[in-house]
Amino acid sequence: MTSLDQMSGGRATGESEASSETLRPVPYRGGGFRPVPIRLIGPLVFLAIIALWEAGSRSGVISNLVLPAPSEAFEAFSYLVESGQLWRHLSASLQRLVIGWTLGTALGIAVGLGIGLFSLARAGLLPLVSALFPIPKIALLPLFVIWFGIGEGSKVATILFGSFFPTVIATYGGVDNVDRTLVRMGQSFGLSWWSIVRKIILPGAMPAILSGCRISASIGIILLVAAEMIGAEYGVGAYILMAGSLFATDQLLAGVAILSVLGLIVSWLIGRLERWLLAWRG
Amino acid sequence: MDLLLRGITHRYGATEVLSGIDLAVSEGEIVCIIGPSGCGKSTLLRFIGGLERPDEGEVLLSGPVPSGSLNPLTYVFQDFALLPWRSVEANVSLVLEDHPLSAAEREEIVADVLERTGLSDFRKALPRQLSGGMKQRVAIARALSVRPAVMLMDEPLSALDSQTRELLMDDLVALWQRERFTACYVTHNLAEAVRLGHRIVVLSRRPGRIRTIVEIDRDLGAREAGDPKLDAVQRELWQLLRDEARAADREIADDVA
Repeated sequence: MTSLDQMSGGRATGESEASSETLRPVPYRGGGFRPVPIRLIGPLVFLAIIALWEAGSRSGVISNLVLPAPSEAFEAFSYLVESGQLWRHLSASLQRLVIGWTLGTALGIAVGLGIGLFSLARAGLLPLVSALFPIPKIALLPLFVIWFGIGEGSKVATILFGSFFPTVIATYGGVDNVDRTLVRMGQSFGLSWWSIVRKIILPGAMPAILSGCRISASIGIILLVAAEMIGAEYGVGAYILMAGSLFATDQLLAGVAILSVLGLIVSWLIGRLERWLLAWRG
Repeated sequence: MDLLLRGITHRYGATEVLSGIDLAVSEGEIVCIIGPSGCGKSTLLRFIGGLERPDEGEVLLSGPVPSGSLNPLTYVFQDFALLPWRSVEANVSLVLEDHPLSAAEREEIVADVLERTGLSDFRKALPRQLSGGMKQRVAIARALSVRPAVMLMDEPLSALDSQTRELLMDDLVALWQRERFTACYVTHNLAEAVRLGHRIVVLSRRPGRIRTIVEIDRDLGAREAGDPKLDAVQRELWQLLRDEARAADREIADDVA
């Protein structure tokens, strides 16, 4: 008999001794703290709220003056589609959003990279960015009108500035968080500065840049309404403001719903982009 | 190509980490550098590869760079330093992309080093899909792809479990027997040093000085676990290091990398 056999024999007798006393299972203390995705619950919550709301309006619990029924908002939306105004408003807004956000994000990534890579840029620009970031861009709108004109310029500029600052902050944070051993590795293999930036720093900062994009896109949509406050004939924001000033709450709700759907679509697009660019994270 | 270190001294702030290191590494030998933690052995390796500059002293190369060597001084890092967004083959090709090679030549080199390190079946895999041992094999393949004159290995097996470490040591021995590469091999593991080193440089604790250099004149291929002579060397090294290690262990760390 080997010593291992003797040991297992010893355990066996220990077990039989234990069984003569009371046996209890070890209490389970793990689990939890790990939310799992459940499909359909999200849309169901939406539908339930809308159904309750509609029922409330029809039964008169919710006064029409306080809140129009979802069906009325939908009617306003249908009218918008039928009259062909929807596309006019939407295309004007989308154009402003796409141009402003794209420029703001591109400039933000460039400046963020500069702050992340160069000590001088960091020392010079970071305090400036920190000082300008918390300013509500809406407050600057009159200035933008003076600087960039009452037409498209001021509207694009508002969205541009709104998406620029969060992108700068996300990008330089991402650059700071790139594993320095990877940079050392690049240097040790004699990679050029530009190769290190392009192949190591930029992909390493990409997760942070993309979550910055998520934030800046939402800010862009929020600022859309503000940007269309002055001198806009068309645009979802202009439509909402017009409806608001006429107390056409059904149209107002229809416009808000359009913005909400726009936000969902943008967030879904960025999600696709993340899945494509960050596939390596698994 | 030989390496020559002359009077390397370095301080981080007020703390002297290395003091008067003189060392020569000649072609085809593996020099292991051991010492208690914080003795500056990794710092020394960064000086050798030109990633950091010592306060005093110099690192010199003698003899011509072997023809075809794209990166004469090449590191293998403890934590592999693979780009997680690049596949195995793309990680290797990364270090070739800045050299004037045609796509076909590059592809040929990548295929060759992956073949030599037994990674041909893993070409398309991402680092996160690989075990620690495989990741370090990729890092070694990457190092080989630039045909280094001297490999600078910074605790290359320390992040691996002991079984994988054994396997990789066998791989390194086989590789050395085929290619006779030159290497500076920093480790805190005495068994690794005794197994792979032609010479073992023992550093004292901070400030690191060379305490002694032990030579082992047994062929790498003939070294096996349980060899009484190697065991004796390992015991001797441990005698040398034990008090230093204990003292280093009790030191209060300040901001010394």
